[in-house]
Amino acid sequence: MNNRNDTTPGAEDAPPMVRFAGVTKRYGDLVVLDSLDLDVAAHEKVAIIGPSGSGKTTVLRMLMTLETIDDGTIWVDGEPLTHMERGGALVRADPQHLRRMRGHIGMVFQHFNLFPHMTALKNCMEAPITVLGLSRDEARERAGELLSMVGLGDKLDHYPSQLSGGQQQRVAIARALAMRPKVMLFDEVTSALDPELCGEVLSVIRTLGREHRLTMLMVTHQMGFAREFADRVCFFDQGRILEQGPAEAFFAQPREARTQQFLRAVMEAV
Amino acid sequence: MPPKLTLALVAGTLAFAAGLYVASLTPLGDLIPELLRGAQVTAVVALGGSLFALAMALLAGLTRLYGPAPLRWLAFAYIETFRGTSALVQLFWLFFVLPHFGITLAPMAVGIMALGLNVGAYGAEVVRGAIGSVAQGQWEAATALNLSRAQTLRRIVLPQAFVAMIPPWGNLLIELLKATSLVSLITLSDLAFKAQQLNQNTLRTVEIFGSVLLVYLAMSLLITAGMRSLERRASRGLRRGKVA
Amino acid sequence: MKIWDWDYAWEVLPILAEASVVTLQATLAGFLLALVVGLLFAVGRMTGPAWLRWSVTGVVEFLRSTPLLIQIFFLYYVMPEFGITLDAMPTGVLALGLHYGAYCAEVYRAGLDNVPRGQWEAAIALNLSPWVTFRRVILPQAIPPIVPALGNYLVALFKETPLLSVIAVLELMQTAKILGSESFQYTEPITLVGLFFLAFSLVSAALIRQVEKALQPRAGRRT
Repeated sequence: MNNRNDTTPGAEDAPPMVRFAGVTKRYGDLVVLDSLDLDVAAHEKVAIIGPSGSGKTTVLRMLMTLETIDDGTIWVDGEPLTHMERGGALVRADPQHLRRMRGHIGMVFQHFNLFPHMTALKNCMEAPITVLGLSRDEARERAGELLSMVGLGDKLDHYPSQLSGGQQQRVAIARALAMRPKVMLFDEVTSALDPELCGEVLSVIRTLGREHRLTMLMVTHQMGFAREFADRVCFFDQGRILEQGPAEAFFAQPREARTQQFLRAVMEAV
Repeated sequence: MPPKLTLALVAGTLAFAAGLYVASLTPLGDLIPELLRGAQVTAVVALGGSLFALAMALLAGLTRLYGPAPLRWLAFAYIETFRGTSALVQLFWLFFVLPHFGITLAPMAVGIMALGLNVGAYGAEVVRGAIGSVAQGQWEAATALNLSRAQTLRRIVLPQAFVAMIPPWGNLLIELLKATSLVSLITLSDLAFKAQQLNQNTLRTVEIFGSVLLVYLAMSLLITAGMRSLERRASRGLRRGKVA
Repeated sequence: MKIWDWDYAWEVLPILAEASVVTLQATLAGFLLALVVGLLFAVGRMTGPAWLRWSVTGVVEFLRSTPLLIQIFFLYYVMPEFGITLDAMPTGVLALGLHYGAYCAEVYRAGLDNVPRGQWEAAIALNLSPWVTFRRVILPQAIPPIVPALGNYLVALFKETPLLSVIAVLELMQTAKILGSESFQYTEPITLVGLFFLAFSLVSAALIRQVEKALQPRAGRRT
């Protein structure tokens, strides 16, 4: 389950679940992502690591349509995300198309971003009711199940301010899952937590990976977790993928000097 | 009603009645009915003006943020004009100049409208600021959950902005209360008018103006207390406490 | 009747221009007084014996919570009873200065609170006298961030000078009313007065924004 032998991304017959094709992102003069090509297969778990400013968070944010792209195209499950097909050609996606495609993607944020004026249960019910049109009872049932799955079945009526950081992040995971996305994005989800609270969140992610057929992209600093959990690791540096490969091989034998330097520095910091 | 609230209301009413009785025994006694009538008019103008101001603030603030371009500009013009000119000038303009355009309103209506438009312009900026103060992460989380902008505003952002709005609105409402004294200058018999009138009739200047100032002070404190309790109730889940 | 009489407007413009001088005089004098009074109030709330701090707090709350109009009347009618008879203009300036002094006191308080405790402690460690500490260490740090807020109160004060018309100070509003009552044409004078205030407000708002921007680099705000 952890290591796969046929490791070339996109080698399967099925189209990749996520494809970045020549994607570029600029902030003024600064090129954050430089003509990025990245394929993620269905059910694949990819860990994205790298120094800050390397563009890794931008990759997730663009996939979640929180940022626009300047060049290139992003595809999700065979359909274009950032563009749409009009008369055989690709044009920039309009808001309706974006909204439709966005439903395939879910995201968990570094700072949780739970809705503070709603209980844990309501947080998980809101979008299914408002966006998916579920009835109140259906949404409540789904939310209850998910919150139990992340170990918070007894905290349904708690407000975020009454929960620890680890608990809040688990609610955030349940909230994102309630929308039944095909792709789950995790943006440094343990970076804002006290070290002893990381374990409970990582354990939930591990369970997710085992029991649900989700495609997962994770930006993380947790190298140990990435090594053990991810199928593939991508090392980003200055807006490009410097090196990538199956997790175990990547960590055991990093090829590039920069990768080795980075991994050494991160391991020393622990 | 919770028992504590009932008790507070009963105690407050008794204290007020007792205070009135005691005051009526003092040399101020004969002035009190007149002053109360004036205070009533002040309260009506303040209440009407507040509601109008709230409506204008929401309308102008939201339009300024999310409306189509021409309406946005209109909201901007309204806000800048009424914030940039004097409340008294606005009041006089509506009172003296509108009739020339064929619109003749009762002084009460003019007063409420002028105050509502004036405070509403400041309120629009409060609304804008409060919506802006909601963390960007909330918008992003809502986007990630695929809520539309309207849904996000209605269900996520405005409820949080509402709490942020309460303290500045409290200040604005006190400003509005003080501004009601201006309507005495367009012949409304409010508290300020009564003060002037009684002073000219009886020349008991210190007593009259002293008590009038105290009444305004009392009304201000009432507003402040009301806003504080509103804020407490509205921020139930939002207590910005430390996360463990 | 015409909506707008350009001839009449031109006619009254010079008269209003003269009155605007009175308005500006009242504004500046009132604001200077407010700045001084405000600082005294702020210091009074911070230092001194408890009874002084409590009474200053009470006075400031009182001034802020009651209408300026009544305060103007109070001073105008009550002061003579205590033997102080001032003309309308000085009375008006005094009322403006006290009322806005109370507002400025709050602004000063915020500015003073923002100066880190460590500054006071360092001054004590260096054995600086309280007076010198205040003047040379604290105030220079407290004032710059609050200049925009004080500027806003200057504009607010300016916009309340028409209230002085009730005690017959010949500023813009009073002049406009007199002109209107003489000619029965109120539209032109009052509109012109309104436009004058609007122009002044917009200009000073822009100026204050410039001042704010100029002071920005030091404050280190989030980008």
